[in-house]
Amino acid sequence: MHKGKGMKFVGDSRVSAERKSTIPKDYSEYPGRTEAFWPNFLLKEWLVGSVFLVGFLSLTLAHPSPLEGVADPTTPGYIPLPDWYFLFLYQLLKYKFASQAYVLLGVIVIPGLAFGALLLAPFLDNGPGRRPHQRPIAVGMMILGLASVIWLTYESAAAVDWEQRAEANKPIPASSVEIDKEDPGYAVFESNCLACHGEDLSGGAAGPSLIGTEYSAEEIADIAKNGIGSMPADQFKGTEEELQQLVDFIMSVNEQAK
Amino acid sequence: MLQKVYDWIDERVDITPIWRDIADHEVPEHVNPAHHFSAFVYCFGGLTFFVVVIQILSGMFLTMYYVPDIENAWKSVYYLQTQVAHGQIVRGMHHWGASVVIVMLLLHTLRVFFQGAYKKPRELNWIVGVLLFFIMLGLGFTGYLLPWDNKAYFATEVGLNIAGEVPFIGDYLKTLLAGDVEIVGAQTLTRFFAIHVFFLPGALFALMAVHFILIRRQGISGPL
Repeated sequence: MHKGKGMKFVGDSRVSAERKSTIPKDYSEYPGRTEAFWPNFLLKEWLVGSVFLVGFLSLTLAHPSPLEGVADPTTPGYIPLPDWYFLFLYQLLKYKFASQAYVLLGVIVIPGLAFGALLLAPFLDNGPGRRPHQRPIAVGMMILGLASVIWLTYESAAAVDWEQRAEANKPIPASSVEIDKEDPGYAVFESNCLACHGEDLSGGAAGPSLIGTEYSAEEIADIAKNGIGSMPADQFKGTEEELQQLVDFIMSVNEQAK
Repeated sequence: MLQKVYDWIDERVDITPIWRDIADHEVPEHVNPAHHFSAFVYCFGGLTFFVVVIQILSGMFLTMYYVPDIENAWKSVYYLQTQVAHGQIVRGMHHWGASVVIVMLLLHTLRVFFQGAYKKPRELNWIVGVLLFFIMLGLGFTGYLLPWDNKAYFATEVGLNIAGEVPFIGDYLKTLLAGDVEIVGAQTLTRFFAIHVFFLPGALFALMAVHFILIRRQGISGPL
């Protein structure tokens, strides 16, 4: 770079007044078949980006993002779960050697060593060779770490019944449903269903919310008598008339919630 | 006309070197999937950036409706999800983008690692990249609380308790994040909002700038 006396600038700025040639080096000075980034290669990147975007938007449309009921610290028996990419850390704390008396091992030491090594990888693996077989220790450690993360995530996720979880925690705007406790159906509900499905039909630890259910009246009557999924049969003990009142009541609450 | 405008600006601010750094350079053969299909692994970094841009844009639109307050946070998200035109799509993009960006980051990290591309002289850029990964995880953690639903609340409580286990500074760390040693509440939500929307994105932009400047200065690592 030209410096010192005799340099001319634009006004009092530091921009050089002399026009330097800015023609790029000839392509032949680069090895192999190079390509100009602008605009040739950028156009290809653009195409890859478009295909990616279509896939991404399809995912977004096919699976609306989940939203559970409003946060309520008094919810009984709620099993907390972090986002999937934190599951491995969460699962680690469930092992005996990483919890209770050894919790520091699970919270600081193991993740600290793993992520510290990742951060300092260029200094730990400082040999000249770049090919994986030239640095077996670094590559081995990475594969081991990766395998543990995948295994821990799998262990954690496999133990969860995701569909049941989503079903039990559907969002209900609190204000929109008023339960008519004078309804004869509510008395039937109180003596047969309340223990699991909650005082305001919003579900509990053992049963999902009955508000927002997609079952028809006949199906609800059938479920009350014969059970479904983890719900045992014969939960409803009463007459046909009471069953009718119960179903009408649940349907009317759902009608209101729409 | 356009050339004249360019020349006028260039005479005063000398933009040609900047333009060359950003756009006018060579793409070597070994990273070009048009020549070697396996070079698609070099797309992961760019796609990560692409998803980050999606996150920034969708996040900006989300803040038009979101209210960081325990009374209204969930209601505003529910309203956005059920009433606002295309609100479900914008929130969906932000939600799924948060997962996709982690996947792309992981793939990009693995590509760089297994090619040994972090070796001299690129050690610094690897460190910046790993810090970017941490920031992204921080964004995921703080963003998870913001809808203020049960899932968010209980997961955050667990996360904060884990932070509280850190020796000596555990309680301070918890107070810094949540506003209180015990309570996960109104202050926690506003603090997580501030961290998610201002602090971490600020650090993210600064580190991304360093990451890209270093790439341009050092060039892409050569073929194996």
